[in-house]
This record gives sequence, C-alpha cells and structure tokens, in this order.
Amino acid sequence: MSDELVNVTIDGMQLAVPKGTPIIEAAKQAGLLVPHYCYHPSLPSPAVCRMCLVEVEKAPKLMPACVTTVAEGQVVHVNSPSAKKAREGVLELLLINHPLDCPICDQSGECELQDYTFQEGRPATRYQEFAKRYNPVEDFGPDVLYVPNRCILCTRCVRFMEDVADTPVLNVSERGDRAYIGIAEQQRLDHPWAGNVVDLCPVGSLLSKDFLHKARAWDLDKTASVCPGCTQGCNINIDTRDDVVVRIRPRPNLEVNRHFICDYGRMNYRWMNRGDRVEAPLVRDGGRHVATDWDTALDRIGQAIRGVSGSAVILASGRTSTESLGLVRLMLDGLEVTAAVQVPLGDEAPLAGIPGLALRRERAPNLAGAELLGYGVDGGETWREVSSAGLVIVLDAELGPEEEAALAAAPGLVIVLATLMPEARNAEMILPITTMAEENGTYVNRDRRIQRFQQAKAQPGMARPAWWIAGEVLAGPGPDASAPSTAAEAFALLGERWPLFAGITHGDLGYTGRLLTQAPAGVGSAR
Amino acid sequence: MGYPHPSHPKETVVLSKHFGDPEARTYAGWVRHGGYEALRKAVGMSREAIVEEVKASGLRGRGGAGFPTGLKWSFMPKDVVRPHYLVCNADESEPGTFKDREIMRWTPHALIEGCAIAAYAIGAERCYVYIRGEFTEPWKVMNAAVEEAVAAGALGDDVFGSGKRIEIVLHRGAGAYICGEETAMMNSLEGRRGNPRIKPPYPAVAGLFGMPTTINNVETLAAVPHILNRGAAWYKALCLGNPKSTGTKLVSVCGHVQRPGNYEVTMGTPMRDILYDMCGGPPAGRTIKAVIPGGSSVPIMTLEEAESALFDYEGVVEKGSMLGSAGMIVMDDRTDMVYQIWRLARFYAHESCAQCTQCREGTAWTTRVLERILAGKGKQEDFQLLLDLSENMTGKTICVLSDSCAAPVVSGIQKFRSEFEAYIAGAREPSLAAV
Repeated sequence: MSDELVNVTIDGMQLAVPKGTPIIEAAKQAGLLVPHYCYHPSLPSPAVCRMCLVEVEKAPKLMPACVTTVAEGQVVHVNSPSAKKAREGVLELLLINHPLDCPICDQSGECELQDYTFQEGRPATRYQEFAKRYNPVEDFGPDVLYVPNRCILCTRCVRFMEDVADTPVLNVSERGDRAYIGIAEQQRLDHPWAGNVVDLCPVGSLLSKDFLHKARAWDLDKTASVCPGCTQGCNINIDTRDDVVVRIRPRPNLEVNRHFICDYGRMNYRWMNRGDRVEAPLVRDGGRHVATDWDTALDRIGQAIRGVSGSAVILASGRTSTESLGLVRLMLDGLEVTAAVQVPLGDEAPLAGIPGLALRRERAPNLAGAELLGYGVDGGETWREVSSAGLVIVLDAELGPEEEAALAAAPGLVIVLATLMPEARNAEMILPITTMAEENGTYVNRDRRIQRFQQAKAQPGMARPAWWIAGEVLAGPGPDASAPSTAAEAFALLGERWPLFAGITHGDLGYTGRLLTQAPAGVGSAR
Repeated sequence: MGYPHPSHPKETVVLSKHFGDPEARTYAGWVRHGGYEALRKAVGMSREAIVEEVKASGLRGRGGAGFPTGLKWSFMPKDVVRPHYLVCNADESEPGTFKDREIMRWTPHALIEGCAIAAYAIGAERCYVYIRGEFTEPWKVMNAAVEEAVAAGALGDDVFGSGKRIEIVLHRGAGAYICGEETAMMNSLEGRRGNPRIKPPYPAVAGLFGMPTTINNVETLAAVPHILNRGAAWYKALCLGNPKSTGTKLVSVCGHVQRPGNYEVTMGTPMRDILYDMCGGPPAGRTIKAVIPGGSSVPIMTLEEAESALFDYEGVVEKGSMLGSAGMIVMDDRTDMVYQIWRLARFYAHESCAQCTQCREGTAWTTRVLERILAGKGKQEDFQLLLDLSENMTGKTICVLSDSCAAPVVSGIQKFRSEFEAYIAGAREPSLAAV
C-alpha cells in the first residue's frame, strides 16, 4: 500500500483511499461491509467463497472485492441488483449442504452464514428431496473439534495454519462437493496458536471444546480487555455470562496481536472465576484477624504507615495494574522503598507469520509498567530485604513456602492486599482487592504500549482496586480529602511523579493504546 | 499419411503429416523429414524477431481460449532478470479431445522443437511439459524423444552450438481434469494442490514458482516450427473464413460418425465438410442431432447450426458455440440428450476443485436435478432451477470449470427442451433409478 491516494466511488459515496487497497477495505471506509467468508484481513486472500462479488463499472463481470484493488475513477456498486443476486446465489449454494442445526450450534448468534442469510438470502431452499452431505465430527486437537457438515470450505483455517502458523497440518481433502477440511495423517492441531482457527471459522464448523455448549452468543457480555498472560499485551475480549467468564477471544489490534491470541492466553481465565476470595478487610486483633469496614481499615493503614521507620518492601504480582503499582508506591513516599514484581517464566511460543507476536517467556503483563514505576524484577532477593524492613506490603504476590516463612519471620509491619486468602498470620491487615477482570486499569506491554482494560465482572464482597486503597490512604481522612474515585483519576496522579505518563489520560488510549515513547500529544491541554 | 485413416483430400495436412509413421518418432527420422531446421534457424535469430514472426502468422492458442500466441509471448519481460519458464500444456483432459495425444505419439520431436523455439523466444531456459497421467504411450514416446534430442545436441547447455541453454522436463499429471487449467497446472507442477489461481497476477508476471511464465498448448507449439520454416505469410494465408483465424486445426471427432478420428483442416473449413466428407457422416440410416464442436465445455449445437458453421474461432461463435479445443462430439438421433447432458454435468461435478462455492455446490446440484429428471421425477420448476444455477455458475468463479458445466445445460434446455419435457411428463421411460 502506498501513500498515493486514488478516488473511487462506492455505492454513491466518493472517497480517496491509498492505492492498492482492496475494494472490500475501501468499502469499510465508506461504512459498507461487503459480505464475505474467505477474506480475512490477516490472511492471504484466495477469493474462493465468491461472496464478495461486486459490480465494478466497465469490468466485464462481477469482481471479487477482496482481491480487486481500487483504481482511479473506479465506480463500484456493492448493492446493485446483479451483485445482490450473485450473493443470494452463493448463499443458496452454501446452505444446500449446511444443516439447520442452529439451535444446538455454538456459533449461532455470531455466525456469518446466519447473518448474511438473514440480511439477503432466500427465504426457503430449493434443494429439496436430496440428502445433505454428511461426515462425522472429527477431533482435530486438544481444543478443536471439526464439524464437517457445517463447513463452507472458506479455507481460513487452512491458510492460518499454513501461512500464519507456518505449520500446515490442515488441508482441503477430496474435491467437488465431497470436499472437507482434512488433517495431515498422524498430526494433531496442537500448535500453541491453533485455537485461532475457531475464531476464524465464520460458521460453527470449528469449535472450541472448552466453550462447547457453554453459552449462547446472545447471552454474553463482551468486555474490551488486555490479556494478562504475558508481556506481549494482546488485546482481548472477556466474554462473561452472569458475571462468570466463559471464554477469552482476541480483539483486533494491528500493532500488537492483529487478530490472534495464543492458546495459553485463551485458556488463562479460570482464576478469574474463583469463589474462594477475600471479601472483607481483615485486621489483626490479638492472635486472629477480624473483619471490619473500610473506614476502620483505611485509618489503620494510615496510622501504621506513619508509624513505620526504616525501609519498606513492596512485593507485587506481575498482573497488577499501572494505577495500583503507582499509587501503592506513592503511598510509601518518604520511606526507603524496595519494590519488585513477580515474573513467572514459561516457554516462548512465537507465531511465525506475524513478526513481533509471541507468547513471551515473561508471564507478567505489566512488567514494563512496573519497571517504569521503579519496580524491579523479583528474583527471590526481595525476601532477604523483608528480614530488615520496617514495612512489608504484599500486593497480591503469590506466596510459596519460602515466602510464607520469610513473611512469618518478618520483624516489621506486614500489610497484605490480596484476592485469595494468603498464609500470613502475622499480617497487620489483609485487604481484599479486585482482579484485573474486576477493575479498570492499564498495562504497559514490552514495547511500552500502554493499553486499557475494562471491568468485565463485578467484584466480590467489599473488594476494591488496590489503587483505591492507596489513593484513600494518600488523601487521608476527612471531608476535604480528594481521593481518586476512578482508575482514570488514579492514572492522572502518576504523571506528576513519572513524566512519561504526564499529559496522557485514559481517554487518549482508546481501545488500542499508545506507545509511551511517543511525545504526548495532549500535554498541557485541558481534557 | 493419416492415422488411423488416410488423409482426406479436403484436409490440409501440416501437423498430422507424419501421423502413423513410426520413423517420425525417432530423431534421425524426424531430421530426414526436415525436422530441427526451424530450431537451428531460431537460435540464430533474435528473440524479438521470433515473437514478431509468430505474431504475424496469426497463430492463436489451440488449447481452447484462442489467445494470440505471439501477443502472449510478448507479455514476457524483455529483460531476463529472474528465471523465465515455458510450460507446455499436454494435459489434454477435455472430454472429446485427443489431438495432442497423437502429436506426442507420432511426432514427439515436433513438440520438442516447438517447445525449444518458444522457450528461446520468451527467454526461458527450461520448459516443463505437463503430460496427462493417463497418456502412458505418449509419455514413453516423449521420454525417448527428449533423451534423443539431448544426445543430439538439440536440447541441453549448448543447443546446436549456439551457446543457448534449453532443457525440457517432462512431468506426468495424476488424473485431475482441472490441472489442464493453466494456473492449476502451475500449482500442480509446484507440488501443490491443483487449484486454479486468481488472476492477476498473470503468469507472465508471476507464474510458475512466482517467475514469469508462458503456458502454451501442445498443438500451438507444434505449429511454431512450421511457421519459422515456411514463413508467417504462408501460415496466415491458410484461412478460409475470418482473417483472425489462421493456420490449420486438428479436429478430434468422436461419436456417431462413420470415421471418427483426428482431421486437420484449414481454419474456416465448413463444418459440413468435416462431418460428412471427412468423417463420412452418421451411421447408415441415422441423422445427426447435435454436435459439441469444441470439447465438452462449449454449448451444444443443433444440426442446423453445425451444418451452416465455418470451423474457425469466429465462425463457431457466430452459431452460438465456441471452437474450444476442437474436440468434436457428434450425436445422432438415437441420442438421449438429457442423459448426455447429465453425463457431462456429472463429469464436472466430479472434477470441480472445490474452491469456488458456485462450482463446488452448483455442479453437484445440477447433476442431481438432472438425475431426478432422468428418473422420471422431474418437475416443471426444474427448468428455472437449472437455468438459475447455470447463471450462478457462469462468469462468477476463478476458472471456467463451472461455466463449462453450465454451457451444455443451458444450450441443452434451449435446444432440446422437448426431451426434458418428455421425462418430466412421464412420456418417456425413466432411464435412471430413482435418486
């Protein structure tokens, strides 16, 4: 695609688009979605479904909008009678062998065959008195089932595995109307990114076993979020039903993950649904912890911190938001602070066809954010500091046996902000905080792209975001205190101390975030 | 000399002159018949001069589309910065066509010489000959001939001492009709599934292995040495009809004629001459009902249309069909047209590569509807259904396989509707079991 613009008219709308743009993308800019199946912006276009045929003036026949590029002066009709008739014909043909089992199909409600048939298909079939094609369901891999009867042979899955994953295990087997998607002999669809074929499938032919018959699409609430799996920061949607996370799907971000997420990230949601949560602030009363209200708890934290002398240690989970990491750090200003985040390590799993996209070794989504805020990486040495610190704040960090022992022997004051009940009997306070799925916030990925995630489900009990607790403590008690009441307000407090965040608001980040190395566009402007 | 029949006086024998003569199969024999003179001449000429000569001859692609050969060659990049390839389409999978088989069986060196000249003209050092898998004998003959040509220095690193390098690689297909489509053939040669590619990019820009490529039919390439030997003007003068159709054409005639076989005629020869004089007309006591003039992919002609047509690209189009590959299928009055059309549709349904929706599902559905009619269970609505399906299958897919399925259906309904009606009305005994 070049910088040169060409003028085209699409359904009467005139627009200038870069030379080399396919008509289907140019039409999107005109607000028109050309119905299509095989085309996908992150895959090579084979132009085989023939659904996106449009009328191009002066062309001898209808042209596939997915591979026909714009030309100067081109006049395109997406909804001309001939184009609509051709699409109706394709829909009729796609449906002759397609079962009408929408009531038991997971794709129902988000099915492109349903949508376009409803939009412009025929009301009834003419394929009568013939049996539909039947092939049994196949088990393709750890999480993927293939239902060949529903398949429309768009070949998106084949192209993903061949051209994007660089692991060509899927193919089109047989020919004519006997064709189906085959899997290479002795092979499994077990590539670490294979789950994307389920999202790519425009119909209910490739299904996730994890999501199988779990929910109907129209019952789901979708929340824009960022994958908490690793430092890549893939954009995701968290799909919930009745406050229960039922699946994670990729959300397009051409700069980070295009249209894909890895299977690790896809399956990394069960912890969000755990019921055994800390639900009320617990303060130490002699040898036991008792539940209290937030006012009491916040007063106690303020007093405790003011009473601390010497050094302090913060040990945080790598999944903690920028807002929480920042405000907890600000809360301890005046003390000599050693701060660190936990970074679990795993195997790196790149997606061959998309440079810069991989499941990263560092499984801490906000590692870069933490480092910008002065946190180090916890390599175990943080725990040695605990033995001499006056104050230890555990910010949802995972505690293994050694950490528990160190914490139990800590001479200073221990405050634990936790989602799950920690093994910390000597803690002065155990405060319930929200998970990233229950709060708004931001993560900074490995490229220093700061991206927002939004609250996908309600918090349990009295749990609050950690930034809220720190903000309240910072503001102090009293009616004049002005603690941040939203994550956006909390974020605004970071700029004063860390200039890289200055001049940026949550609103500036949109749904795809921005690079922190860029000069902030809105510095000084009133937003 | 003709094969299997002696040449008819109305034939113009150029390519088929040595059909049936075992001597012509050998290098020495071929040279005695004047072979390889054209190649010796060609390697002394400039590439442009050869292209111009072929352009001037008016030679058009004999595989079916009839694209001007010289023009096609001229699309190849002038400067050879990447490897160029010539692909000879010897897949000859079009039902009713068997002319390329005879060229390879009897005059393999004519094809090798044509390939070598064309390869040189387009700047290619390698020519792939994609031979239909079922062609066992032509394959053996071609193999032996290429070995001989290499041994004689007509192919190899130094063609006839000119310093030019030309090699021929024979590749055997595996039995898919669609691999005769030029872009599917390139995929097949590359070791991929034989699916037609979307154009653009055209083969001259990005063809085989992504390199500039020209694909020519066997008969087209076999004609090239004659043009160089005898001149473009001679070839261009071989014309009895429209001046845009020049030279000779091999016609494969099969079906209900007394002498089926290959005939070579000057472009523009009346079809009546081919049907009645050369082939001897229908069997005794029969009359011809229909003719498919250009391989199974073209519309069916009635006897009246066929009798009045001149046999060249324009003449057949004028009468509602296409010259195609000139595989002529003749059907007499005993023929059940509905059954024949079903037979063709079934072929296309079987051979569809399954890429495009209209072709994958449309060819199969068309076949089933025709089966239903043949089983005596057709309905009046089936006419509209078949025509709607055919419209969906025409001009809307990557290649023309589905168009080819639609052509006999549409022309069959137009021209032989009463036969369909007879099945639907129950006036005719069902000829297929119920589906």
